[in-house]
Amino acid sequence: MYLLVALFLPLVGFLACMTLLRKARQTAYTAALASAGIAFLASLAMVPEVMQNPTRVSQALAVNWIPYPPIHFSIGADGLSLWLIAATTLLSLIAILTASKRDPQFLAWLLLLEVGIVGVFSSQDLFLFFVFFELTLVPTLFLMGQYGKDSGKTTSNAATIKFFVYTFAGSVLMLAAITYLFLKAGTFDYQNILLQVQAGSFRLSPAEQMPLFLAFFLAFAVKTPLFPFHAWQADAYTTAPSPLGIVMAGLMGKLGTYGLLRFCLPLFPNAARECAGWINGLAILAILYGALVAIVQPNIKRLLAFSSLSHLGFIVLGIFSFHINGLDGAAYQMVCHAITTGGLFVLAGVLEERKGSCEISAFGGLASRTPWLATTFLVAALASSGLPSLNNFVGEYLILQGAAFAGFAYAAAAAVGVILSAVYLLWMYQRTFLGPNPAEDTKDLSNQEALAIAPLILLMIWMGVNSGSFLPVQSAVNQKILQQSKMNVEFRVAAPVAEAIHGN
Amino acid sequence: MGTNMIPTGDELLRFLPEMILAVFAVLVMLWESRHDEHGERRGMPMFTLIGLALAAVATVVAGSYQGLAFSNMIVVDSFTTFFRLLVLAIAALAVLTASPFLRERKAEGGEFYSLMLLSLIGQSLMAASNELMMVFIGIEISSISSYVLAGYLRDDKRANESALKYFLLGSFATGFLLYGISWTYGLTGTTNLNEIAAILGNSDIAPDKVLTSAAAALILAGLCFKVSAFPFQSWAPDVYQGAATPVGAFLSAAPKAAAFATLLRVFFTAFEPMSDRWLPLLTAVALLTMIVGNLAALWQSDVKRILGYSSIANAGYVLVAVAAHSTLGVSAVLFYLAAYSAMNVGAFAVVSMREQTELSDFNGLAKRQPLTAALMTVFMSSLIGLPLTAGFFGKFYIFQSAIDSEMYWLAGIGLLTSAVAAFYYLRVIKAMYMEPVADDAPELAVPASSLQAVLFVSAAVTIGFGIFPGWLLDWATRSSGLLR
Repeated sequence: MYLLVALFLPLVGFLACMTLLRKARQTAYTAALASAGIAFLASLAMVPEVMQNPTRVSQALAVNWIPYPPIHFSIGADGLSLWLIAATTLLSLIAILTASKRDPQFLAWLLLLEVGIVGVFSSQDLFLFFVFFELTLVPTLFLMGQYGKDSGKTTSNAATIKFFVYTFAGSVLMLAAITYLFLKAGTFDYQNILLQVQAGSFRLSPAEQMPLFLAFFLAFAVKTPLFPFHAWQADAYTTAPSPLGIVMAGLMGKLGTYGLLRFCLPLFPNAARECAGWINGLAILAILYGALVAIVQPNIKRLLAFSSLSHLGFIVLGIFSFHINGLDGAAYQMVCHAITTGGLFVLAGVLEERKGSCEISAFGGLASRTPWLATTFLVAALASSGLPSLNNFVGEYLILQGAAFAGFAYAAAAAVGVILSAVYLLWMYQRTFLGPNPAEDTKDLSNQEALAIAPLILLMIWMGVNSGSFLPVQSAVNQKILQQSKMNVEFRVAAPVAEAIHGN
Repeated sequence: MGTNMIPTGDELLRFLPEMILAVFAVLVMLWESRHDEHGERRGMPMFTLIGLALAAVATVVAGSYQGLAFSNMIVVDSFTTFFRLLVLAIAALAVLTASPFLRERKAEGGEFYSLMLLSLIGQSLMAASNELMMVFIGIEISSISSYVLAGYLRDDKRANESALKYFLLGSFATGFLLYGISWTYGLTGTTNLNEIAAILGNSDIAPDKVLTSAAAALILAGLCFKVSAFPFQSWAPDVYQGAATPVGAFLSAAPKAAAFATLLRVFFTAFEPMSDRWLPLLTAVALLTMIVGNLAALWQSDVKRILGYSSIANAGYVLVAVAAHSTLGVSAVLFYLAAYSAMNVGAFAVVSMREQTELSDFNGLAKRQPLTAALMTVFMSSLIGLPLTAGFFGKFYIFQSAIDSEMYWLAGIGLLTSAVAAFYYLRVIKAMYMEPVADDAPELAVPASSLQAVLFVSAAVTIGFGIFPGWLLDWATRSSGLLR
């Protein structure tokens, strides 16, 4: 029931802001905050049930939607989706909190985006998953297109169209793959398909797996984005209005990595293992390329976009390490990266609001004028660069460990990315906050802004020092996924290399 | 039954919808003689709508007396009923769109409504024909009225060009069709679809395969013109752009739907025994139609032209489901045609509110007419195929049927071209929501109430079948079951 509230209350908020409250700014803001806030509480209320048995689908609800082909409105949460749902509702709440000056339609679209993302993380039906996956495009389209800001040569219109066409084109083939799975398995119900696989009544030969895997992979790789499908990302992150930036940078990429972990590994184990080599190669490229390009970016949001490219490369590397540490790291890092990047975008939004742009050269020496802003930014930047005792460290360390099991070279190359991330983040911090005192005064964090960033900073520290509260539920699901990704026994002989890599 | 020259009551009942349409067409024409110049025709649209409604009732009644009529020339089954109701619904929406459009231009006249009703008789017959001659007669009745409708605004150069082009190319295509029909008759000695199938299916008496294939190809060419499939698609954008916008809405939906009905009926019945011959051809046509339609639309800057090319691309999608050659495919055709009609007529209705139809004329529409812009967004989203719209499920069913028939490449490429299509539909949304209003933009009048009704009905259908497609698919499946 809690999950249903977390999913539907924002939808009610969306409808209200779009229709009844479209003229009433203040009421709409309160209503949006309330619906997002209650959704967040509802997502927290699911925690005890999921904690009890993380591998089971809790809060499950299945309603017949369409009789033929049998599509169910089937949702539920397990240990893997739990924290992602919580992070979604939290970041959406924060994004709405920072959008107090926006009009009701803006808030409405943010709420619809929340519905879409929570829906993706909680769908138990492949068709429903696809519907939510595509649904996230609609609010993003309007938020970027109508409220985006041109940044230098990048116009927001061009960035919007690029984003939409890229991600839409990436995902259409996934629909074909899902349809194929349905025609083979007779159901869209994901748990049912997995049971059939387990029972051996549903088998995909390696020849079938490969195109299906690639269709899924393409959709997720564009969404994540993974190098070389990232062309839309920097433009989109830079021109997106700040509240959208928080949700987009923090969560949109996780739709891709979540899909990889949740669907690609268990459904197409042979193909996934066969492709692991070059996918890891791409992930390493993303890590290094993203980091190197980030160093020279003159714009904070653009820098954060490339930083995301780099960090999401880590997550993909962790997933395709096929080692429990790598999977755990990836799952943990998904949540951590959402919190950290979301936090950085909140602060970037504050900076942009102060100066009217995010060009690094417009800032300098802010630390003396805005101590709170500087401190919180430093914490977030350090967390993002993987400082021990802050959250990203845990995830990245586990990923590197997993990658080392898959091949030491992967881990070594990825570790360079960690160093580079410290370079670009700290250099950016230096140019923005340190240096001679600026002449004009700049306002420090307002109460509202402080309220927005505080929970994220706390989480960065909490998740850094006490990963034991978060990781075990994810790990339990990862164990199961890893088990499922070994399934197709009779085909395993065909891929001895993958076996050897897996090692244990 | 066939030998008796006097039709029985049941037979007449099965033909009742066409008779009602004919009576109303004539009555409108007579009523028109009481007016002398083109001006407002108070009550005439309503009268036409009553005719359409009565025809719809007759269709439902006839649907419960299924069977053949007039020496097996006509067949009434649930397939016929589906298409009859579909074209009647499209015509109703087109009439509602047309009357404010024509009134604004001081061009309303009874012949417009009369021609539309006459055109419908043809389309209704096409859906019901069980006979190649009947197919030909139906297509001609539909086409000749359509040619005149395309040029209805006779002082408009564009409309004249549109009508002339449509007429010349259309007659050419009819020539193909008729030639194919005469070949078929020469080879099999009959024009009855079932008898043709029986002869072609019996290897002892089947005529030469090559010649029959040529006959089928000629008929296919004629029908491809009517559905604007490659390589006979080039007329569509010109005709839809030049014709009065409500006529474009009608022409891009109703005659096409009827032509698809004929295509299914002729090829899935008469030429079914030699499906291995025409299926590869149809598959190639489907593929090329999708590619050509979608790529050509990318470069257009006029919304009517975009919709014109989009209608080509959409014909391509429907052909995919036809090429899937299965019951699943036929029901997908039916579903998609219904969904496409709603979203396409809706989009044309929005366009009909504007004097100029360049993309830039829609700049900033969201600020000036938020509701209209929102509804247009619904239609565009559906044409893109975003979830929770009828267009999404339509495409899903189509490509599902293709995958089910193991046509993976066709499905894959089709889906990719539909992703390309997102680009040009998005340009309309972009113009409405993301571009500033031009300084010299003309004042916008509040849309007439009948136009609003069209927009709301189309949007309700588009979203309704996007969230609950079950009922329509169920009906489509029941209507397609009897075909084979």
